[in-house]
Amino acid sequence: MRNLSLSTLGPLAALILLIVLGASLNDNFLSAANITNVLARSAFIGMIAVGMTFVITSGGLDLSVGSMAAFVAGMVILAMNALQPQLGVGLPLALIGIGTALAVGLLAGLANGLLVTRVGIEPFIVTLGTMGIFRSLVTWLADGGTLSLDFAMREYIGPIYYGGIFGISWPIITFALVVVIGEIAMRHTRFGRYAEAIGSNDKVARYSAVRVERIRLMTYVFLGLLVGLATILYVPRLGSASGSTGLLWELEAIAAVIIGGTALKGGFGRVWGTVVGVLILSLIGNILNLANLVSPYLNGAIQGVIIVLAVVLQRKKTSAEGR
Amino acid sequence: MGDAVTPALALKDVTKSFGPIEVLHGIDFDLHPGEVHALIGENGAGKSTMMKILGGFLEPTSGQVLLDGAPAPFRSGPEAEARGVVVIHQEFNLAQDLSVSQNIWLGREMGRFFLDHKAMRHATQALLDQLECRVSPDARVHDLPVSDRQMVEIAKALSRNARVLIMDEPSAVLTSHEVQVLFRQIERLRAAGVALLYTSHRLEEVNHLADRITVLRDGAVVRRALRGELTEDCMATAMVGRDLKDIYPPRRSDFGPVVLEVADFAVPPLVEGIGFSLRRGEVLGISGLVGSGRTELAEGLVGLRPHTGTLRRNGAPVTLRSLSDAEDHGLAYLTEDRKERGLLLDKSLRENLTLSTLKRFGSPFLSREAEEAALGKAIQDFDIRAPKRDMAVGNLSGGNQQKLLLAKTMLPEPQIVIIDEPTRGIDIGTKSQIYHFIDRLAREGLSVIVISSDMPEILGLSDRILVMRQGRVAGVLEGAAITETAVVRLVMGTSESEKASENA
Ligand SMILES: Nc1ncnc2c1ncn2[C@@H]1O[C@H](COP(=O)(O)OP(=O)(O)OP(=O)(O)O)[C@@H](O)[C@H]1O
Ligand SMILES: [Mg+2]
Repeated sequence: MRNLSLSTLGPLAALILLIVLGASLNDNFLSAANITNVLARSAFIGMIAVGMTFVITSGGLDLSVGSMAAFVAGMVILAMNALQPQLGVGLPLALIGIGTALAVGLLAGLANGLLVTRVGIEPFIVTLGTMGIFRSLVTWLADGGTLSLDFAMREYIGPIYYGGIFGISWPIITFALVVVIGEIAMRHTRFGRYAEAIGSNDKVARYSAVRVERIRLMTYVFLGLLVGLATILYVPRLGSASGSTGLLWELEAIAAVIIGGTALKGGFGRVWGTVVGVLILSLIGNILNLANLVSPYLNGAIQGVIIVLAVVLQRKKTSAEGR
Repeated sequence: MGDAVTPALALKDVTKSFGPIEVLHGIDFDLHPGEVHALIGENGAGKSTMMKILGGFLEPTSGQVLLDGAPAPFRSGPEAEARGVVVIHQEFNLAQDLSVSQNIWLGREMGRFFLDHKAMRHATQALLDQLECRVSPDARVHDLPVSDRQMVEIAKALSRNARVLIMDEPSAVLTSHEVQVLFRQIERLRAAGVALLYTSHRLEEVNHLADRITVLRDGAVVRRALRGELTEDCMATAMVGRDLKDIYPPRRSDFGPVVLEVADFAVPPLVEGIGFSLRRGEVLGISGLVGSGRTELAEGLVGLRPHTGTLRRNGAPVTLRSLSDAEDHGLAYLTEDRKERGLLLDKSLRENLTLSTLKRFGSPFLSREAEEAALGKAIQDFDIRAPKRDMAVGNLSGGNQQKLLLAKTMLPEPQIVIIDEPTRGIDIGTKSQIYHFIDRLAREGLSVIVISSDMPEILGLSDRILVMRQGRVAGVLEGAAITETAVVRLVMGTSESEKASENA
């Protein structure tokens, strides 16, 4: 493919560079424990970022995902705590939690999507609004404090985050599955092709009998579902939710998408690129923590530099291809 | 015109390559003050590329651009513009969300500290008046039909007081009246000593305007001629490299039953009270001025615009609420706005070709092989000339984009196809190919509605002609009644037709 240019390989090269750097700075870097740790932490943002890739590819944006995750977590905890006296600690209650997460995520995504497609408001404005709404709702539900899952139930569902098979933890397995499905959906199904077409020029898509509004709606719903899924894996880890849960996740997810080479203006999406983006972002934090070179407080600054750099590379690509 | 006059702008042994592919080979060319020089050639011959090099938008791979005899390595369009070389591009270069006036003065806004909106609007109005264009200076470009956008583009170029004006198919999207206005401006500029370079696939325009003609074929100059040396037929032969005969296919005669019946059809706010029927195997032409509601009618028929009235398909009433409804009933539509509505310019040929028929290429997973096979067939059937198969469609020459769009429209194998401006920007050889293609499909049972502003085309192609005026049917012509005067009379309205012929 002619597209194997700097902009395609750039993020991958950066990732390899980071791994080499990490390995040379600290012997523990390549240990199984550290790798699992990095991947598991990447999984939440990663799943959300895969959904975000579709939204951005089709010319949209979702700023509400971080707040949405907090809201979903809050609802899950409330639902499980409320039903625990009747159902007791066990699988049925866990399934209720899972169902609640997926349902709330789906509805939240649906709300965003309908406001964008039916009411016709700019995605930026819609999700800026719902970002505030979800965050405020969870703070209100927690009465300004923290919603905590009952301790016994927390013990019971702990393995969802901490367990796994063949030594690979569930978050990592789920993340990998989401990535594979996302990559296939983007490259090999109508949904992905339509998303790219709409982001490239929605008028052309409409004149090609593509159901533009429906596809757009689906991207937001898909993202909402993935937020729900990410929350299922997140709740067992801390067992609580508060007004500061999932803070700035939206920016991290968007940053990962952009670093991975998806165009912010839409029309071109790369799911595996997003994965690379997520890994780059979490490796930076990890390396700063392991090596005492730079203060970990500078994490944000370094991530910022990477984001800007990624966009500069993208710009180079488009100006080289255009006349 | 020997060496006595220094050319205003010239090319010396210029080549141009995109990646490994050389598209211009050793071009020598000169353009004198006070002449209209026509550049003609097939789609993809390299006309636009050459014009972009002259206008500073592309750098030659080797060779030189000479301005007044001195090397002028323009590094950008604006730099060339600053030295009086102005280009009207084949693809529009307007900011869609800005107003007409803002576009025209973009980069050269009037006013010292604050913008002088009044002066700019005033000057814009004067320019538009000069072009007899009734667009408001405050209209958003985005909301204008393509022909008006082209007039704005021309107004913008006129406002720059060019010494050299390069026009890449300015007339392709204009109606005959607008073309007349454009010609008057060109003649005024020629008299004022401006050097003009013009390209068009309408050879009668070239014949009418050009003092000199340069013919390009496959990136090389194959013929140079002075006014009167070449007939239109000779031009066509020189361009294509072989003799062209029978541009239009013979008329068809036996038609099947009525496949589409339209009654009391309206597309608010303009189109009202439309009724007609279409038979199997028939080509129905729709003629009319720009703004007479032809495109609105077509888009209403295929469900792209809200409409009222009855539509019968093979005798049974149908409602078409969306384009996919229309496709389900065997209707397809080819838009007149290739760049904004027809093709995804930054996507590949394959993705464009299959976009509206993706369901056929595998569910749930798309088959890349099936898509490639369809593309291979389309490239053959429609003679699409793409240097590389995986290139972005925006880098195809204009005519090849149009061929791809036609291929895309025909891919669902519709029984009724509505084609809005089928050969806009297509060279004469390919035009003929497309006409015969339409004819073959019609003989196989396809029903075609052709909307066209090109009079010879509508006359040569249609079995019947429906003329629209101000959103209504002005009349229908059939058989021997189809003549240019009859069509013009209906297009203009009888009372206005005399005035029009005076102006012509
Ligand atoms: N940026 C580009 N990258 C690759 N190929 C290009 C690019 N621009 C033009 N070409 C190729 O160069 C050739 C000449 O194109 P050009 O647009 O100059 O043709 P043209 O004579 O203007 O045709 P038309 O009558 O269809 O407008 C074509 O084969 C085209 O595909
Ligand atoms: Mg051209």
